Amino acid sequence: MAAPPRCSLLILLAGLLVVASLSTLAAAIYEDQVGLADWHQKYIGKVKQAVYHSQKSGRRRVVVLTEENVISSLDLRSGDIFWRHVIDKNDPLDQLSLSLGKYVLSLSSGGTILRAWNLPDGQMIWETKLQTFTSSNPQLHVLSNNKVAKDNLVLVSAGRWMYAVSSIDGSISWEKEFSLDGLEIKQVLQSPENDIVYAIGIAGSSKLALYHLSAKTGEILKDIQESLPGGLCGETVLGSDNLLVALNKARSSLFLIDFKGDRISYNKVHISDLVQDLSGTFKLQTVSNGVIALRTSSTISLLKLKGTDGLEVVQRFDQPAAVSDALTISEKDDAFAVMQHVGSQIEFIVKFTNDVSSEIIREKVNIDQHRGNVEKVFLNSYIRTDKSHGFRALVVMEDHSLLLIQQGEVVWSREDGLASIVDVTTSELPVEKDGVSVADVEHNLFEWLKGHMLKLKGTLMLANADEVAAIQALRLKSSEKNKMTRDHNGFRKLLIVLTKAGKVMALHTGDGRIIWSNLLPSFRGSRFGGMPSALRIYQWQVPHHSIMRENPSVLVVGKSGAESSAPGVFSILDSYSGEELNSMRLDHSVVQIIPLMLKDLSEQRLHLIVDSNSNAHLYPKSPDSLNVFLHEMSNLYFYSVDIQTNVIRGYSLHKSCDLIGDEYCFSMKELWSIIFPSDSERIATTETRKMNEVVHTQAKIIGDHDVMYKYLSKNLVFVATVSPKAAGNIGSALPEEASLVAYLIDAVTGRILHRVTHHGAQGPVHAVLSENWVVYHYFNLRAHRFEMAVIEIYDQSRADNKDVMKLIVGKHNLSAPITSFSRPEVAVKSQSYFFAHSVKAMSVTQTAKGITSKQLLIGTIGDQVLALDKRYLDPRRSANPTQQEKEEGIIPLTDSLPIIPQSFVTHSHQVEALQGIVSIPAKLESTTLVFTYGVDLFYTQLAPSRTYDSLTDEFSYALLLITIVVLVAAIIFTWIWSEKKELRDKWR
Amino acid sequence: MAASSPLHRHLLLLLLVAVASACLGAAAAHQAGSGEGYTIAGRIKIDGISAKSFGLPAKTSNTKVILNGGQRVTFARPDGYFAFHNVPAGTHLIEVSSIGYFFSPVRVDISARNPGYIQAALTETRRVLNELVLEPLKEEHYYEVREPFSIMSLLKSPMGLMVGFMVLMVFVMPKMMENIDPEEMKQAQEQMRNNPVSFSGLLSRAQG
Repeated sequence: MAAPPRCSLLILLAGLLVVASLSTLAAAIYEDQVGLADWHQKYIGKVKQAVYHSQKSGRRRVVVLTEENVISSLDLRSGDIFWRHVIDKNDPLDQLSLSLGKYVLSLSSGGTILRAWNLPDGQMIWETKLQTFTSSNPQLHVLSNNKVAKDNLVLVSAGRWMYAVSSIDGSISWEKEFSLDGLEIKQVLQSPENDIVYAIGIAGSSKLALYHLSAKTGEILKDIQESLPGGLCGETVLGSDNLLVALNKARSSLFLIDFKGDRISYNKVHISDLVQDLSGTFKLQTVSNGVIALRTSSTISLLKLKGTDGLEVVQRFDQPAAVSDALTISEKDDAFAVMQHVGSQIEFIVKFTNDVSSEIIREKVNIDQHRGNVEKVFLNSYIRTDKSHGFRALVVMEDHSLLLIQQGEVVWSREDGLASIVDVTTSELPVEKDGVSVADVEHNLFEWLKGHMLKLKGTLMLANADEVAAIQALRLKSSEKNKMTRDHNGFRKLLIVLTKAGKVMALHTGDGRIIWSNLLPSFRGSRFGGMPSALRIYQWQVPHHSIMRENPSVLVVGKSGAESSAPGVFSILDSYSGEELNSMRLDHSVVQIIPLMLKDLSEQRLHLIVDSNSNAHLYPKSPDSLNVFLHEMSNLYFYSVDIQTNVIRGYSLHKSCDLIGDEYCFSMKELWSIIFPSDSERIATTETRKMNEVVHTQAKIIGDHDVMYKYLSKNLVFVATVSPKAAGNIGSALPEEASLVAYLIDAVTGRILHRVTHHGAQGPVHAVLSENWVVYHYFNLRAHRFEMAVIEIYDQSRADNKDVMKLIVGKHNLSAPITSFSRPEVAVKSQSYFFAHSVKAMSVTQTAKGITSKQLLIGTIGDQVLALDKRYLDPRRSANPTQQEKEEGIIPLTDSLPIIPQSFVTHSHQVEALQGIVSIPAKLESTTLVFTYGVDLFYTQLAPSRTYDSLTDEFSYALLLITIVVLVAAIIFTWIWSEKKELRDKWR
Repeated sequence: MAASSPLHRHLLLLLLVAVASACLGAAAAHQAGSGEGYTIAGRIKIDGISAKSFGLPAKTSNTKVILNGGQRVTFARPDGYFAFHNVPAGTHLIEVSSIGYFFSPVRVDISARNPGYIQAALTETRRVLNELVLEPLKEEHYYEVREPFSIMSLLKSPMGLMVGFMVLMVFVMPKMMENIDPEEMKQAQEQMRNNPVSFSGLLSRAQG
């Protein structure tokens, strides 16, 4: 009799707990907690164009355009960002210019979109759409001090179109389409009187066309065409005001073309006469005033033009080196800079164009060796106090970083390689050494107490403004989180990131500072000819510190070329120091990398690399790892997705491959394949469970004391296909012709466990698979809203285990082996909801033991990250939940998912161009570490079910102390009182 | 809230549709099928930026307007106007991303049959817009607001409860003792006498 009431009491308690936690579903932070556990870093990417704003007074700025499609204004003194706009990838930026000293003009989308931004604050002033062909090489030319029109005209040329746009309001003042077929305008320049515009273009392979246009109306004043013998390859540079230098089709000689006269006159110069060691490709770069630079793979030659008569080599620099564009210093002088490497230093040389052989400045600058070679230089001058010219330069390095060099020193540097992160892994920090000084602790005790008194004042709202600031500073300064040792809660870790430039950097989770960085030599272009690319980063060796006194290491896998058959490259780095321990060039290609859950005796993780010949290679190549692997090989299955042919294939491995004598090479045997009909379905996305995910409970107890067993298989694969017409963007397909099919596939047998069709739905599809559920996001064309759907899959074959009788008789199948080959009886529940935003990336929180409830981390189109509780995506939600379901914590069904502003983990920050969200479990079960990357980086700690296993920073120790003091005082008081009373009793 | 109020203080430029000039057919040839595109022009209106939105950048310079989930992205001008050019006929979706505000996505139908006819509706509230003026549905506050200090919240904390319970025991318990039946009291006192336990004795014993 006693049991039921206790049971109901328990349920009531549980219900109370759930209700209590429901009210706090949004785990938000207070405004004064910003920066305590999170950090946000802003980047711009590799600079490809920089324009200085020459302002006499005020803050000096430079406006830059980067390969990450960012346009930004930087403070020239500190390198800080004044403002920044990340333009969409579909709208690539081409050119940048300044106009009227207050507008920044940007040309994008192949010369079709021209925008003007306000220089001080970055507000967009106007945007003009130009109706042209998208051209690969559009030109932007701002007419200088135009006396013809009132405002400055901006000339945009793309293909055979030319537009003149007013820079004040963006209105098109004239447009011109040249009649010559296949014409591409290469150069636009102005006559000294500013009223005539020269446009030089190339039509077809050999025809050179020159137009003289009226700057005011765009009328063609003169039209000269000339065919050049031998043809042109299209590469041209402007030698001087009246001389064009063009490369011929065979890329063996240069045409020196004078175009200022009545007709085009030209002269041909063989390059081999100028440069002897001509091997491979070379490039021309215009400097100015009759000086051009010719870049070959080994040298840079400065060439001086002698009219049309010829060229002479003035000076030669060994590569790696870089030459800047010319900078006008005075009426007659143009200066340019050359950067070259001398030993471990770089040399900064400034010259005048009319006397190339002499040097104005030659400075040596010490530079971090992990920055690689100089790639670009942008020269700028300033007036020194003695009225002479000083020079400084922005330098773009091989690792995408940006440096400002002035007076032989690096004034500031920006690590903009972090704007293009390719992959992320983590590493634990070293264990703290024994023998922490006690004096340190004692010294800090007073400070500690003072801090807590301040905090108490803060919580009691008694603190004044100064004290609030002091509290903030105290919290930020708390060195605890920035220590270089492992902590008890596992909050302090190293985030090891791999960037597009092939640089590996370790960031501290405490404040995001760079602990070490290494530009991997094996991924640098100069070494193997072809442009290598780094692909992924994995944990290679994670020694258990109590057994092995060795540092952990990470593995970087890459390719030595762009094509899929290019040989792979391995590099192994020490996680604590960043030193490269080993690097090797593989003799096979890398198509798929499969990190295994196996370790060899030295605790190295086993990895399988699948090459383009369908062989799998085992790493590390040691007899020990082979032993471990052979033991497990029969249980190993994997699959590959071929989006081109619309096929998913499953494989197992067999001993011996075609390469005889290589015992680490295995052949793949195709077990199954699913071919999707390409006329009705296209693979949109595939998703599988994270290898390291931990699941705590296999069963779920629902309100009516029933048990549901989760179908937990590491081999579960989610595949979404869309109809071919719906593969494009929203707006391109009608609801009738669009459909989305979601599959759950067992990757061992290829069996389709579940299939569901969403009619009138289309991509882009983003999915996340965890435990026994999958959540995916798509667009519903009928409702014209985004939707999120959830599928939960349960194992029915174990459902009869609940029967106690069967358990006694022994007919249960608890001990029966679970194998993927037996036909699983599964039950599937699903539901879908509307969601307001587009999604860029989706992820799920991971905790150490998998007990804490899960949150979905959704990267929205506004570059924010929303934490959405998984309970909102529960297929058992219904409009009117029963009492039992309410007690269980099921939220009543609503048609759309709530977006609670407080549950944005990025709070008021944006992670521009958001790319990926990584959740890393901390040692503390309640907490997970979230790292979000794009052009920006954002890191925070998240507790999906609140910090139930630790006291928060908010916890007031002082209040606790006061309570204890009050209690002790009360005890003493009562004691004395009681003793007095006793004495009185005894006297009576 | 704001969406349901049909009041627009200024009469604004309405949805404007322009058929791109036919001579640019070659340029428009990139588009699927049709040789002409339409222009979607509208305005973003954010009222009362300064006062309520604490902790947020008051600037709206980073307001992005997104067509079809990222197919095209443009920025709002200082006066709030934005435009997408060369949009083919069909049903499109416009989203607005501005930190600190929640905008409903807008469904925009461009009719292919009668050129120039454009319809717009908010997808969250299903409200039809007569003119493409996008206003935030609500402001977003990303931070929890600190509750002002109150005695109640202090008392509700575990420590407060502990102190409260103790005070109760010290002052209320003796009062309760008084209400106990004298017979029972006597019995209890007898027991106490046989087995004398006093508070001070307890404490001194614990010390000893």
